[in-house]
Amino acid sequence: MRKLLISTIVFCTLLTMIYSCQSADQVKQDIYYTNGRDYYIKYCQNCHGAKGEGLGALAPPLTDTVFLKENKQKLACYIKNGMSEAITIHGQKYEGKMPDFQTLASIDIAQIIVYITNSFGNKQGMYTLEQTSTDLKNCK
Amino acid sequence: MKLNFSFPLPFLFALAIFISSCQDSQKLPILGPREAVSVKNEDGSMGVDTLYQTIPAFRFLNQDSVYITNDQFKDKIYIADFFFTSCTTICPTMHRNMKSIFEKYKDNPEVMYLSHTIDFKYDKPSVLKKYAQKLGVDGNKWQFVYGSKDSVYKLAERNYLVAVMEDTTARDGYIHQGWLVLIDKQKRIRGAYDGTDPKQVEQLTKDIPVLLAEDKK
Repeated sequence: MRKLLISTIVFCTLLTMIYSCQSADQVKQDIYYTNGRDYYIKYCQNCHGAKGEGLGALAPPLTDTVFLKENKQKLACYIKNGMSEAITIHGQKYEGKMPDFQTLASIDIAQIIVYITNSFGNKQGMYTLEQTSTDLKNCK
Repeated sequence: MKLNFSFPLPFLFALAIFISSCQDSQKLPILGPREAVSVKNEDGSMGVDTLYQTIPAFRFLNQDSVYITNDQFKDKIYIADFFFTSCTTICPTMHRNMKSIFEKYKDNPEVMYLSHTIDFKYDKPSVLKKYAQKLGVDGNKWQFVYGSKDSVYKLAERNYLVAVMEDTTARDGYIHQGWLVLIDKQKRIRGAYDGTDPKQVEQLTKDIPVLLAEDKK
């Protein structure tokens, strides 16, 4: 009986630890998400829209989950350096130029990406500052 | 305590009539400078009338490389604004909002739109045409026009009362205000709404029928 009680307590403690660990990560992601939303409103929303719906054939929507997933390593470069190559989103071709945002720090870009990839029907989780720095180094 | 209902009821009726009559005579203000002029009445006596500022004659190339003048907007009300196609700040929001109004009054031939480019170097008619197509606007209800710097800038500042200027320090090379200016059939300014503010755009959407109703009387 005593053994059972101890093991239950140990198990519960472990479970709580794991759970609280996860929520710490979740808290960090939430902070990124909230800050990212502020930056999104300031820098991105005028073209891409409050719901990420884009603007006609001028600015692409941010709702193409597959595109965002496949090009996740390039997103930081797109934001930092702008984009002039044509892309296809939801089967529609977009060939306009996206301006660069050189003034944004890596942490800002990480937060914007967390916001975009977890809004507008996307749910891709955390994107860390370390990942952002690595991806920015590999920009073409 | 016995309540006396005889007093408030007629009073409420009067109030209701008062409020509804107010709405009947709802009218948009006439904006811009005005002056008093002497006019000769029908019986030969002299009187005073108010002369409101109107949009003067203009002639610009539109997105189809055709010259358009005020005649295009004869017996129409229209919404005018100033933008440029490579603008990355307020223009996309302005045109997103303007397009929602465009869609709403698509079937009303009396409502038109006039967007002037302030980028006289780059925004030639072919560029405007591409922009219009990408925005998803077709037909001649929404005119995108190109003119010389002098003609467009003067018209903006003196007549539509919108500040526009070239600024080499600005990121996009130009700065301008985002007003959507509502013009009536007599070419007078009847409203100016911040095209980036959803509340003011909402107000513009409400004011269009008011202005249209005015001419029906």
